[in-house]
Amino acid sequence: MSDHARASSDGLAVDHHFENADQQYQSAKLGMWIFLATEILFFGGLFVAYAVYRANHPEVFVFGHQFLDKNLGALNTVILICSSLTAAWAVRAAQLRQIGMLKLMILLTMLFAFGFMGVKAVEYNGKWKHGLLWAGQYDPHAEDHGEISHDVVGEEFPEDAHVEVVSEETVVEASPAQLAADADRSAIAPAAEGPAGLAAPGSAAAEEAGVEIEPANAQTFFSIYFLMTGLHGIHVLGGIGAFVWLLLCARRGYFDSGHFTRVDMVALYWHLVDLIWIYLFLLLYLI
Amino acid sequence: MTALNLAQMLLARIAMAPDPQDGSFWMPPQVSTVAHSVDWLFNFILAISVFFFILIVVVMVVFVLKYRRREGQLAESSPSHNTALEITWTVIPVLVVIVIFFFGFKGFLDMATPPANAYEVMVEGQKWNWSFTYPNGYVDENLHVPVDRPVQLVMSSADVIHSLYVPAFRIKMDVVPGRYSKAWFEATVPGEYDLFCAEYCGTSHSDMLAHVIVHPPGEFETWLEKASSFLETMSPVDAGRKLFQVRGCTQCHSMDGSAKTGPTLLGVFGRTEQMADGTSLTVDENYIRESVLEPNARVVAGFEPVMPTYQGRLKDEEIMAIIEYLKAPTGASPEE
Amino acid sequence: MAEAISAPGGDAPVDHTLSDDNYLTHGKGILSWLFTLDHKRIGVMYLVAILSSFFLGGVFAMFIRTELWTPGQTIMTADTYNKMFTLHGAVMIFLFIIPGIPATLGNFVLPLMLGAKDVALPRLNLASFWLWLTGATVAVASIVIGAVDTGWTFYTPYSTSTTTAVTAMTLGAFILGFSSIFTGLNFIVTIHKMRPEGMTWFRMPLFLWGIYSTAIIQVLATPVLGITLLLLVAERTLGVGIFDPALGGDPVLYQHFFWFYSHPAVYIMILPAMAIMSELISVFSGKHIFGYKFIAWSSIAIALLSFLVWGHHMFTSGQSGLMNMIFSALTFSVAIPSAVKVFNWLATMYKGSIRLAAPMLYALSFLFLFAIGGLTGLFLGSLSTDIHLHDTYFVVAHFHYVMFGGTVIAFLGGIHYWWPKMFGRMYSERWAQVSAFLIFVGFNLTFFTQFVMGSHGMPRRYYNYLERFTAYHQASTVGSFVLALGFFIMAGYLLHSLVGGEKAPANPWGGATLEWETTSPPAYYNFKHEMQAGDPYDLDALQWDPQIKGYVRKDPRSVLLSTGEAS
Repeated sequence: MSDHARASSDGLAVDHHFENADQQYQSAKLGMWIFLATEILFFGGLFVAYAVYRANHPEVFVFGHQFLDKNLGALNTVILICSSLTAAWAVRAAQLRQIGMLKLMILLTMLFAFGFMGVKAVEYNGKWKHGLLWAGQYDPHAEDHGEISHDVVGEEFPEDAHVEVVSEETVVEASPAQLAADADRSAIAPAAEGPAGLAAPGSAAAEEAGVEIEPANAQTFFSIYFLMTGLHGIHVLGGIGAFVWLLLCARRGYFDSGHFTRVDMVALYWHLVDLIWIYLFLLLYLI
Repeated sequence: MTALNLAQMLLARIAMAPDPQDGSFWMPPQVSTVAHSVDWLFNFILAISVFFFILIVVVMVVFVLKYRRREGQLAESSPSHNTALEITWTVIPVLVVIVIFFFGFKGFLDMATPPANAYEVMVEGQKWNWSFTYPNGYVDENLHVPVDRPVQLVMSSADVIHSLYVPAFRIKMDVVPGRYSKAWFEATVPGEYDLFCAEYCGTSHSDMLAHVIVHPPGEFETWLEKASSFLETMSPVDAGRKLFQVRGCTQCHSMDGSAKTGPTLLGVFGRTEQMADGTSLTVDENYIRESVLEPNARVVAGFEPVMPTYQGRLKDEEIMAIIEYLKAPTGASPEE
Repeated sequence: MAEAISAPGGDAPVDHTLSDDNYLTHGKGILSWLFTLDHKRIGVMYLVAILSSFFLGGVFAMFIRTELWTPGQTIMTADTYNKMFTLHGAVMIFLFIIPGIPATLGNFVLPLMLGAKDVALPRLNLASFWLWLTGATVAVASIVIGAVDTGWTFYTPYSTSTTTAVTAMTLGAFILGFSSIFTGLNFIVTIHKMRPEGMTWFRMPLFLWGIYSTAIIQVLATPVLGITLLLLVAERTLGVGIFDPALGGDPVLYQHFFWFYSHPAVYIMILPAMAIMSELISVFSGKHIFGYKFIAWSSIAIALLSFLVWGHHMFTSGQSGLMNMIFSALTFSVAIPSAVKVFNWLATMYKGSIRLAAPMLYALSFLFLFAIGGLTGLFLGSLSTDIHLHDTYFVVAHFHYVMFGGTVIAFLGGIHYWWPKMFGRMYSERWAQVSAFLIFVGFNLTFFTQFVMGSHGMPRRYYNYLERFTAYHQASTVGSFVLALGFFIMAGYLLHSLVGGEKAPANPWGGATLEWETTSPPAYYNFKHEMQAGDPYDLDALQWDPQIKGYVRKDPRSVLLSTGEAS
C-alpha cells in the first residue's frame, strides 16, 4: 500500500488514494453523473418558471413564440446533435488511442459549438433590432417585427377599439391616470395588472379587423426566452472551454497511454447541453 | 404518571387565564370568534409538547444518574434493537400528529371561509402605513369595525409585500402588490387592539402600526357617518390636518422641524428650498400639489426620491385641505 | 467478521506515540496548505474559516441584541439595524452553518472512518474550499460596500427595489452554493466507491449515514438556490421582470423558488448534527447504538421528505387552501423520523456506562434543546396556530433552538470529540464544563422568552417595539452576553490546548470507528496498514490502558486487512 501514484497493469496512472484504476474511473463517472443531476436541477428552476407562466398565461406564449424562427432553431438542433456525435466519437478515439482522430473530433465538436453560438447571435441580434427583449427592455418597434406576417401594433384600429402597446410605462400609469379623471370616488389604485389572462380591451373589435392583439405582459415570454437560452449559451461556452482544454491535453500527449476518462466526462457534459437544447427548442420554438 | 398529570394541570392553569379576554401567559386577549379555537389548539399542542419534553428530559436525567460510569464496572449487556419498541414509538407520534394536523386544518378552514354577509373594508399597505377604505369611500388610518359582525378585508399593496396581523384576533395575511388578498374576522369584545405589519418591508417596517377599534353595538355607524363628513364638518385646516395624519404623510414628514425620510413640513409654505438638481424654488400651492401628484418630479436636495404618488388617491378638495393645513401658522401640529 | 490474518512481524499495528511527522507538520509553509490535496488540512482550514464566520455572525447578533435592549433607538438607526439582522442571518447561514459540519468534521473524519487515504476527488475538495473563500470574500465585500437590508430571505419585490448591495451579496451566496454542491458530490462518490473491505452500507458508522443524507440534499437542492439567486440578480441588473408585478411577474413565485432550497437547507444543517449525536451518545454511554437501521433509514427519510414541505413557510402568502393543507400534512411527516432518532439515542443510554466528558455534555444539551426546538415546530406546522405565529418571535425562537441548540451544540460536541484526533492535544475538561454550562444557560435565557413574546404577537425583524415587550427583550439580551462569555472561554481553552495541552492518545474516548485506529494527529497518509471494517459500535472490543491514558483494542489485528502474502 504505497502512497504514491502507481501504474496499473495497462500503464494508466492511478492517484495514490485509489486502490486501482477501476475505482478511479468509477469515482469520476459517478461524480460526473451527480454533477449532471445538479445541472438538471439548475435548469429545472427555469423550466418550472416556464411551466408556471405558461399555465397562467398561455396566450403570452402562443403570441411570443411566433417571433422565433423555427428554421434557425431546427438548424441549431441539428448542429448540436451532430456535435454530440463527434463528441462521442472523440471518446471512442481516445479509448482506441487514435490521437489524430481524437483531435479531429474535438475540433469538429468545437466547430459545431461555434456554429451554434453564431446562429444564436443572429437570432439575438434580430430580437434586439426589433426591441423584442426581456421585460425591462421590452420595446416592440411598431414598424417592423421581422419574421411573422401578421401586422401587429401600429396598425390603424377601429375607433372604438382601445388597444395599448403594453410596455412598462403604460402598465404602471394607465390605471391611476384613468382614475384621477374619475374624481368622484377616491379609491385604492387597482393592481397594476388586472385579472390573469385579460386581453387588452377592444380585442374583439380588433380581431374583426383582422389584426393580432398583443396580449398583456407579452414581454414575459421574452424574459423567459432570454433567461433559458442565455443560461444554455453560457453552458455552451463552458463546454467550448472544456474542449479547448482537451485539445491541449491531446497535444501534450496526455491521451497516448489510453487514458480516456476526461474525454468521456466532457462528452457526458456536452450530451446534457445538447439534451437541454432539444427541450428548449421544443418548448420555446415549437409549441 | 400522576406527577405528569399534575404538571399538565398546572400548565393548563398557566396557559388558560381565568378570563381569556385578559390574555394569558402565552396569548393576547381572545377577542375574535376564531381566537378561541386557535388558543385551544395552541394549548393542546403545548400540553403534548410539555408531556414529551418532560418525558425525554426525565428519562435522560434518570439514565445519566442511574447509569453513571463507575470504576471497574462495565456497561450491562442489553439488546441494540427492538423492533416492537421502534414501531411503537413511531406509531404513537404519527397518531399524535394526525390529531394535531386535523385540528389545525379545521381551524384554518374556518379562518379561510368568510361568511356571506361580511362587511367589506378595502385595505392598502404601503411603505410605511396602512389605509382603510370604507364602503362609502371614506379613508382612515385605523380600522374601525362593529362588534359581533363579520368583517372581510380586501387588501393590496402599493409597493412591496406587507402582512396585516392582528394578534388579538389571531389573523394574519400577506398583502401583495399586483393582486388582492383577503382575510376575515368577527370581533367579539369592544376595545382597541394592535395591528402590525408582519412582513419585513424596509426602514420603518416596525413603525407600520395601526389600531383596530371595535365599536360597541350601534356606535360604529355613528362613527362612520361623522368621520366621513370631515370635509364638510371641519375647517379646511383641521380637515387637512386629519388627512395629513390619516393618509400616511406623518410617516415620512414631521411637523416638529426634524427631518425624517422626507423633509419636515413645519413652516414649509413660502420657504425657499434647494432642489436636488441645483435649482431653488419657493414652496407655493402649485409645488405642494405637484409633490402630491408627481412627487419625484422635483425633490429637495439631500432626500431620496422615494415618495409614492397620491394620484387617484386624493380628491382635489382633499389636496386643497392639505395645502391649507400646511399654510396655517405653526402650532397646528397633528397628534402623532 | 472475517478472520484477520496476522500482521507481518507481529507488530502492534496501532502506533500510540505522537508521531513527529503528522499531517500538520508534513509540508511547511502557507502554500503547502493553500494548495494541499490532504482532506485533513482542508478540513482544518475550513474549521478556521467557518469558526471565523461564526464569530462574525455572532458580532452582528450582539449588535442586534444590544439595540433591542430598549424600544426605539438604542445604539443605531433603523436602517443600520435592518442591515444587522440581514447580515447576521446571511453570514450565519451561508458562511457558517451550511458548510458547517460537513466541510470541517466531515472532510476530516470521513476518509478516516472509511480507512481511506483521502476523499474520492481531492482536487475537487480543494476547489470547494477555494470557492468558499471566494464566495465569502464577495459576501464580506458586499458588507463593506453598503451591506444588505432585505433579511436573509431576500423577498421580492423589496429585494429587487432596494438600493443596498443585494447583487453583490447574492453573488457571494451563489458562489458559496457551488462550494456546497461540490462537497456533497465528493462525499457521495467517496461513500459509494471507497468503503473498505467488510464495510457494507449497514456497517458504516452512522456519522457517515448522516453525512451521506446531507450530501444528497446539498447536491439536489442547492442548484435551485443557484438559479433563484441568479434570477434575482437578473431582475435587479437587467430588469427581466420575473418577480415584478409591474412587468408581468409574480413576487410570490420567488418565495416558492427560495424555499424549495431553503427548507431542505435546514436539514443540511441538522442531519450532520444528528450524525454526530449517534457517535457521541454511543461512545459516551459505552454501548452499542440502539436501533442502527432505524436511525440510518430515518436520515434518508428526512433527506427525501425535506423536499416536499417548503410551502409551510408560506401559509399566509396567499397560496391556496389546498396547498396549505398538503404542506401542513407533509410537514408533520418529516417530524416523525427526528422523534424516532431521539428515542433511539435515549434507549442507547439505557443500561450504559455514561461518562460526562465535554462531548457528552454537549450531546445531552442537544437532547434538551433539540426537543424544545422540534416540538415547537409542531405549533408552526399546524395551520391555524401558524397563522398567528408566522413572522413573530416564536419562529425566531424555534429556529434558533434547532439550528443553534441543535446544530451548533452538536458541532461543538463533535469538535470536542475529534479535537484530540485532529490536533493531538487534550483540552482542559474543567474549563470545557464551565463553558458548556454558560452556553446552555445563556442560550435558554436568550431564546426561551422569545417564544412567549412571539405568541403575544411581537413580530420579527422589528427595530422598534411596543413598551410591553421590553422585559422579554432585556432578558434575551442578558442571555446573549452570557452566551458570548461561554464562547470566549471556549476559544481560550481550545487555543491553549494547541500549545499547552496534554498529548492525546490515539483513542482517548474508546470509539470503535476506524479514525481511532491511527495516531493523534494522523500521519499525512492516514493509516500505516490497510484497514478492514468491523462493527463500528462494538465498544466492548476496546479497553482502557492507563499507561497511555487511552483505549486500545483487545485484539488489534481484528481491523487489519491482510498484508503482504495475500496477493
